[in-house]
Amino acid sequence: MADLMQFVFSGLTTGAIYALAALGFSLIYNASGVINFAQGDFLMLGAMITAAMLGANLPYGLAIAGGVLATVAAGLLLYRLAIKPAGEASVVSLIIITIGASIFIQGVVQIVLGKNQQTLPPFSGDASLSVLGAYVLPQSLWVLGTAAVLVALCFAFFRFTMIGKAMLAVAANALAARAVGIPTSRVLQLSFGLSALLGAVAGVVAAPITTTVYDIGLMLGMKGFVAATLGGLGSAGGAVVGGLIVGLLEALMAGYVSSAYKDAVPFVLIVFILLVMPHGLFGAKTSERV
Amino acid sequence: MKAGTHALLRPSLLVLALVLALLPLAMPNNYVIDVAVRIALAAVAAIGLNLLMGFAGQISIGHAAFVAIGAYGSGIVTVRFGWPPLAAIGGAALGAAVVAWLIAKPILRLKGHSLTMATLGLGVIVNIVLINEVDWTGGPDGMPVPPLVIGGFAFAKVLHWYTLAAVLLWLSVLLSLNLYESPGGRALRGLNGSEVAARVMGVDVARFKVRAFVLSAVFAAVSGSLTAHYLGFISPSLAAFAHSVELATMVVLGGMASTFGAVLGAALLTALPQLLGGLHGYEMVFFGLVLMLTMMFLPKGLVPSIALKLRRKA
Repeated sequence: MADLMQFVFSGLTTGAIYALAALGFSLIYNASGVINFAQGDFLMLGAMITAAMLGANLPYGLAIAGGVLATVAAGLLLYRLAIKPAGEASVVSLIIITIGASIFIQGVVQIVLGKNQQTLPPFSGDASLSVLGAYVLPQSLWVLGTAAVLVALCFAFFRFTMIGKAMLAVAANALAARAVGIPTSRVLQLSFGLSALLGAVAGVVAAPITTTVYDIGLMLGMKGFVAATLGGLGSAGGAVVGGLIVGLLEALMAGYVSSAYKDAVPFVLIVFILLVMPHGLFGAKTSERV
Repeated sequence: MKAGTHALLRPSLLVLALVLALLPLAMPNNYVIDVAVRIALAAVAAIGLNLLMGFAGQISIGHAAFVAIGAYGSGIVTVRFGWPPLAAIGGAALGAAVVAWLIAKPILRLKGHSLTMATLGLGVIVNIVLINEVDWTGGPDGMPVPPLVIGGFAFAKVLHWYTLAAVLLWLSVLLSLNLYESPGGRALRGLNGSEVAARVMGVDVARFKVRAFVLSAVFAAVSGSLTAHYLGFISPSLAAFAHSVELATMVVLGGMASTFGAVLGAALLTALPQLLGGLHGYEMVFFGLVLMLTMMFLPKGLVPSIALKLRRKA
């Protein structure tokens, strides 16, 4: 029983990280219908730059701000330099462009910041708490709390702000949105900036637990995508539920079957999900945007 | 294009045969021949991937999985079961075909980004298996593979290898070009354009997609098997994401739907790092840039774009 609780808690923690990655996917997909294959690299970038700035003896808060801002800049640049110039490119072209961007970002980080694993110190100590017989790191609570706050903000953003609604309008029909005076290009740019922001924050909060390395974005991004798909692409609530489910399944697989093969779980899962329920748990049943 | 291409087939194949036959005369030393062998072997895998990406329009960024299945298949049956290399290559290709066939049905019902993500998952899973099944694969350290001996003839010199790789490359181009013009190839190109339209025209979309997938896996596996025997050593990096991306970059750069494009892409991406004196850690930046810039400025890829220019001038 204590074992099970332990697996559940570690599953929820990694699940919350996947949920944050999934939110980033949903945000860009909601605005543009593009799946950004570099989403996972935003998580990596935020954490790696923060670690580098800590290494340069900057205070923790400043280092985090620097890591997050630099990642947002990267997100904006990705849209400005690669997505926008591609114009009305096909889905296939856009997929390839974002894959290219992902490899490019990894390559630059590998050269500038090195190939070694980096870790960030936990935000509030590493004395583990005991919850229902399971050991829980305070950092896990930071991850869960941050995820909850960001998800709530995302909900509010789309429901109550003009910009959020403009984003949904652009996604629904870019031409019509332009006709009513929404600056579509700026809205899309914003969606890339925001998803980079989400990614960077997720990466920084998660790094004390997962450690970070130049190519970790691949795995994080893919699992985020699986989570987003499971929940239903474009649905913020779905992203969270999807993330937690993927994290839980993975932790149970690692605990009871084989830790070596836990990374295979999401990929088998995604093929299965898409076959059984192509729109995920909470996805819109009507919009087919493939 | 449709009427002209068929007539063009034979001359282009003749030219390729001539170039491949005369190339050794122009190659000053074994180092250059070695690069040529690597190019030819990579080109075979790229031609196969082009069947899937170019003809059928299904992006795969996990294709190195099949190269690795070919390489490890050959390695394992020769080293652990004492199979002769030729049987090993055949067996590995068959194995890859079976794996591809088994996963094709579910995986190919996905589209766009979902399919791309699923192929990536395939690569990740194969990579995990290669690293963890140490008893079979040697784990992260990799395993040695015996040299190639076919019917008592040992491929000892790099020129032997060049001959073998050149013949294989020529056959691959021949097969790919003929497939392009065959009813099946037309069907595939049709579903690339519009799957719905293809289905309306009576094309059994699912069956052709599965065939393209299985065939591309066989090309990759044969390339992998020979690479394993050529290098004499294999490691899990064969199935790594970076290798899959390299293969996809070859296809995209050369031009999706162009057989010669795949060959050119393989040649450029294999030779350039050598010319530049190695990329020394800049590989990812390089491949990432090539992918992005090609899609932004030459979305059709090199060979189709050049062909279009020439045709306009003529």
